[in-house]
Amino acid sequence: MDARWNRHKRLAQDIPNGSYVNLGIGIPELVASHVPEGRTFIYHTENGLLGMGPSPAAGESDPELINAGKRRVTMMPGAAFFDQATSFAMIRGGHLDLSVLGALQVAANGDLANWSTGADDAIPAVGGAMDLVAGVKRVFVMTTHVTKEGEPKLVQHCTYPLTGRGVVTRIYSDLAVIDVTERGFALVELAPGIAFDFVQERTCAPIITNHARK
Amino acid sequence: MIDKRVGSTREAVADIFDGATVMIGGFGEAGSPIELIHALIDQGAKGLTVVSNNTGTGLVGLAALLRAERVSKVICSFPKTAGSTVFPDLYRAGKIELELVPQGTLAERIRAGGAGIVAFYTPTAVGTPLAEGKESRVFGNREHVLEYGIRADFTLIKGCKADTHGNVLYHRTARNFAPMMATAATVTIVQAADVVEAGALDPEAIVTPGIFVDRVVHVASPALESALNEAGASYP
Repeated sequence: MDARWNRHKRLAQDIPNGSYVNLGIGIPELVASHVPEGRTFIYHTENGLLGMGPSPAAGESDPELINAGKRRVTMMPGAAFFDQATSFAMIRGGHLDLSVLGALQVAANGDLANWSTGADDAIPAVGGAMDLVAGVKRVFVMTTHVTKEGEPKLVQHCTYPLTGRGVVTRIYSDLAVIDVTERGFALVELAPGIAFDFVQERTCAPIITNHARK
Repeated sequence: MIDKRVGSTREAVADIFDGATVMIGGFGEAGSPIELIHALIDQGAKGLTVVSNNTGTGLVGLAALLRAERVSKVICSFPKTAGSTVFPDLYRAGKIELELVPQGTLAERIRAGGAGIVAFYTPTAVGTPLAEGKESRVFGNREHVLEYGIRADFTLIKGCKADTHGNVLYHRTARNFAPMMATAATVTIVQAADVVEAGALDPEAIVTPGIFVDRVVHVASPALESALNEAGASYP
């Protein structure tokens, strides 16, 4: 595996200039560090800010200027604050261009599970994930290809409770970029130095390689 | 003359009764009305249903209210923030009921409750455990679930500025659920760091118009959950 291939950077290349983007809590936030030269993305955070900027400098943070992960952030020129109904009107009304989320499992039909393992002692918590997948035009998943235990995350059918049905458009893993199509998983691109068979062996559903892409 | 000011947080929450439904603003610590929550702990009402996005962190504010076992049920989207131990312990011990609601559906249910909309359909949560047992209907080839508006007996929120008519402004992402919650309760109580006479705020800038607000209490230097937790505070 080539650690130099950066899936966050790769994903950022696929976001058109001027897009309104919601980055989920955790890994997808790193996408913001890889905006291609000459492009501007406007980041939405569902707790009520459009035009979110990077982490504040030491001593300049505001505990009431935070992102959906409850981390302190800054605001960019042109930023706007709004209430939760307005924020979710942006999400549920189809106004955002892209949502980037993490995943526990993605199924070949685009089903996403990313909020609960369904374990008996787990505290269920969903936040805005179900709204994002139901309302945003395109949903990208950013994830490791397998779990820490080596279990594939790309599966035929999700076994964890769903976040949404048939919602994922594209997956960026540490091994490959994979589309979700009407024929199931379709390879877009392999990470440098990664063989197709290596990816297929770590995926619990067939990956087609001859899918015509726009 | 209209003057919605009350003299203290204690006075502001005095009539919250056992079994009341109470909406509490805040997303994490941003917008959490800690002084009003602490006054509610002192007041002693129990068997409360709390509607709030989170369940608090550490042993102060909302977490302290839960720890005092005054809350029998929470309606919430994300009850397990980092640093949140009180709710998980109560939940695992079977001492508190949880109604888990997607965040956007929670916001819209509160908005609907305040706007006289009894219920609405949304595609959010279709196909997930959170849609189980709910009525559903297909619109335009897409399945939607029926969600009900929520109303409360009391709402507790934090503004940065308010006037004597109850008009409220908020600070940055502290706004979050407060404008909706203000509309959805029989009695809405606002704590604000700055309270001014009617006419002193720019009418173009008002976020929550005073019609939705019943009581305004001045809390000059509101505490922050993170600062209290760093200091190892617990309430009471």
